Amino acid sequence: MEITLTVNGEKVTADVEPRTLLVHFIRDELRLTGTHVGCETSYCGACTIHLNGEAIKSCTTLAVQADGAEITTIEGLADGETLHPVQEGFWERHGLQCGFCTPGMIMQAAKIIEENPDPSEDEIRHGIDGNLCRCTGYHNIVKAIEYAAAKARGEEPEPAEWETV
Amino acid sequence: MVETKSVLGGAIRRREDPALIAGQGLYTDDVAPTGTLHVAFVRSPFAKAKILSIDTAEAAGMAGVKAIYTADDVRHLGLLPTQVAVRARPLLADGQVAHSGEAVAMVVATDRYLAQDAAEAVFVDYEAQEPVIDLKAAAAGDIKAHDDMDSNVIIAWTAGPFGDEDGIAKTRETIQAAKDRDDTVTVSIEMVNQRLVPTAMEPRSVVADYSPGYNRFHVHSTTQIPHALAGAIAKTFDLDNSQVNVTALEVGGGFGAKLNVYPDEILVAFASKALGKPVKFTESRREAAVNTIHGRGWVATATMTGTRDGQILGYELDGLADMGAYTQNFTAAIPFLGLFVGSGQYTMPTYFNVACVLTNTVVTDAYRGAGRPEAEYYLERIVDAFSREIGVDPAEVRKKNYFDKFEDAVSPIGFAMDTGDYGANLDALLEFVDYEGMKARRDAARAEGRLVGLGLSSYVEVCGFGPSGLSDLGFNWGAYNVDSAFNGSGLVRVGGDGKATVHIGTGPSGQGHQTTWAQIVSAETGIPVDNIRVISGETDDTPVGIGSFGSRSAAVDGAAAHEAAGRVKAKAAKIAAHLLEAAEEDIRFEDGVAHVAGSPDQSVTWAEIAKTAYHPHLLPEGMEGGLEAHAVFSPGNATWPFGSHICMVEVDPDTGNVDVLEYLTMDDCGNVINPMIADGQLHGGIVQGAGQALFEDAIYDEQGTLLTTSFMDYLIPTATSMPSFQMERTTTPTHVNPLGVKGIGEAGTIGSAQTVVNAVVDALADLGVKHVDMPVRPRRVWEAIQAAKEA
Repeated sequence: MEITLTVNGEKVTADVEPRTLLVHFIRDELRLTGTHVGCETSYCGACTIHLNGEAIKSCTTLAVQADGAEITTIEGLADGETLHPVQEGFWERHGLQCGFCTPGMIMQAAKIIEENPDPSEDEIRHGIDGNLCRCTGYHNIVKAIEYAAAKARGEEPEPAEWETV
Repeated sequence: MVETKSVLGGAIRRREDPALIAGQGLYTDDVAPTGTLHVAFVRSPFAKAKILSIDTAEAAGMAGVKAIYTADDVRHLGLLPTQVAVRARPLLADGQVAHSGEAVAMVVATDRYLAQDAAEAVFVDYEAQEPVIDLKAAAAGDIKAHDDMDSNVIIAWTAGPFGDEDGIAKTRETIQAAKDRDDTVTVSIEMVNQRLVPTAMEPRSVVADYSPGYNRFHVHSTTQIPHALAGAIAKTFDLDNSQVNVTALEVGGGFGAKLNVYPDEILVAFASKALGKPVKFTESRREAAVNTIHGRGWVATATMTGTRDGQILGYELDGLADMGAYTQNFTAAIPFLGLFVGSGQYTMPTYFNVACVLTNTVVTDAYRGAGRPEAEYYLERIVDAFSREIGVDPAEVRKKNYFDKFEDAVSPIGFAMDTGDYGANLDALLEFVDYEGMKARRDAARAEGRLVGLGLSSYVEVCGFGPSGLSDLGFNWGAYNVDSAFNGSGLVRVGGDGKATVHIGTGPSGQGHQTTWAQIVSAETGIPVDNIRVISGETDDTPVGIGSFGSRSAAVDGAAAHEAAGRVKAKAAKIAAHLLEAAEEDIRFEDGVAHVAGSPDQSVTWAEIAKTAYHPHLLPEGMEGGLEAHAVFSPGNATWPFGSHICMVEVDPDTGNVDVLEYLTMDDCGNVINPMIADGQLHGGIVQGAGQALFEDAIYDEQGTLLTTSFMDYLIPTATSMPSFQMERTTTPTHVNPLGVKGIGEAGTIGSAQTVVNAVVDALADLGVKHVDMPVRPRRVWEAIQAAKEA
């Protein structure tokens, strides 16, 4: 089936099999490999992208369902050379180790602070409850999102823990 | 943003991150050479069965299918190379299946979907046999995991101390005498340390590309041990190791699950050579649960005897460890790693006996901590139960029985330990957390009728393997054709531009080596971190090394990089002295330049030194050109990090749900290279240990079907599972390597499961509950509450 969609601001037309998963279309056809496959069941969130302004899991979405949609992947999140505040937060607060869950985690976090500019720790933790990380224990991911929210509000983030001891 | 200058101990931001946060990090499944073929495996639904026939005719005719292989096609390649080969496995099941999920046939097709379609059309005729799944039943031995075996028990690790038969008998007599005394108390509990699925977020993946013209393989793999994989493939195909280049790109978490050479890695190489195309296999999550190793899986009884004032007089651990259906890399050696720390931080006579048992289940092997979390779990649970029985504060009991501060001591279990100061560490924790205040808060909550508990534990672990002399005892990588013991190896090269590369045989999976190795070399040479690039996970371009596992990389390979950097600096000093017409001993390195002591203006840059090194006619008479050094470093001992953890939990009496309210730590890993990264390792490690305590459980049914193969039924911690941590550290450097570092990768996991369970039991103790097995999921806790109420 032919589908047309906008990916990271560029219009894409492609012929796909009806059963092709959106994540495989993004990775294998468009060669945007920042979006990862971690479970194929929607639980881990490594495949999280933005579709028509919502954070969704692309491993349980068919490519044909994205016909006509506007998609942003991790590769399209930064504004040119300027990192998105969440990307900056993950770097500044050691919010990643192996980096495999990171793109999905960042895409989800970007939506959290867009919808709630000043989230509490509890709101952040619940907001990323559908994105699994096996390396960080989530501690520094929470700090990274707090940093990003502060930045996005135009405030100075709290100093890093290792700077206060 | 990123600081460009650092010394050891600086929390500089990771140099790995810019690519990873932009979605530009490259992982194995991202590799897609033109014409790549894709693999799907046909897997057995039975745990034990004879394979009567395999009909591939229909599948072979399906769209896109290039080849289908069975055992008949790959038998000539031999069994999977393993280090501790008690029951090595075939690459594909050969007439007999020994666990559900075992690969029976391999389909290669032009597309991952078509390969899967064809795999489902392969018809295998099985004759199902009764499997042995339960560990105790397997040890009893009525049913064998393999029909040709006399016993499912393949080895037992016994110590008291290790390697001393007379000593073991004497230790048991001493402990029995203590038990027989009127003034002692003995506490004994059988506990399950359940089987786990390691669950790196990145499923395993391998891409092999054979070049017939050069008779060489290039294999990309999600491996923690690139050189071992290269050696195993070379051995299998009768090649020199230099004819195989293994590349481990970004590896999305390892935790031991990628510390194995797997049959699929060999098979994909075979298919690439046979078909003349690049061939890729990437696990699905469900497949990972039955194809990649599991961890833990012990049932054991811990028994502790001591006086009513808290002097421990004896400890015994007697149990079984589940090996699964075969032995792979370290399988049967994992309980041996537990034996190393069998007596923990304590001085009491200790008897340890764990038998390794084959069952018709997925193979077990090293999972973060590997034997040490199990051993520390039993020990720290029984110390807690003993303390409770005699009514003495568990902190007091621990301190009373610790080794005093030491440099070089021998544990009761028989191993030399490097350095320790356990009492000071626990005291530091108790002060940091305001222990009396925590107890008062717990008691106040209880007074309100809430089930709140406090869990304390401490641990010592052993890591940083290790001394090359272990090679003579069989601890080497010869089985994989790798000519290396467990020592470290690092090469530092300064190029003509004065910038350095570190070539090292480690295999990182998120530990930040690109940052920390640069810090080590920068601290030694004064070359800025930004001018140092780390090359690892590329066997063509790194000295032989044995990868990243067992919290060993910093203490062993990091130390080798440090030694190599020192040698490069020594040569650079000679060149600088020549250029500056000064004495070599007066040369100082700072801020990327070498200057004469006391005369900062008299200086040359690393670039000028390096340029001279690569123009030998400019060098002092008799000096060779080039500016690099390779150091092979063998530490004097493994390292023994330690620490103390405490947490507070609340149990919901109506549902049995456990809520971890606070978690605080005092770890000691010796010197710290980058505190940001070290703390990150602890965060993740603690949550993995807490995950075992709270949720994770690989469950088999009686037929040997694994019921927990997705995140819906195998629960790993989410962001709402644990609170944020409060952490401090004590610093007791080791003397077995020049950096004084001990290792931090596994400490959190080794210290945490028992901390959580101790807290849960404390919360329920007033009801009469003495133990709840992991995972302490709501139903199990609720049932324990009901049983206690009825009793």
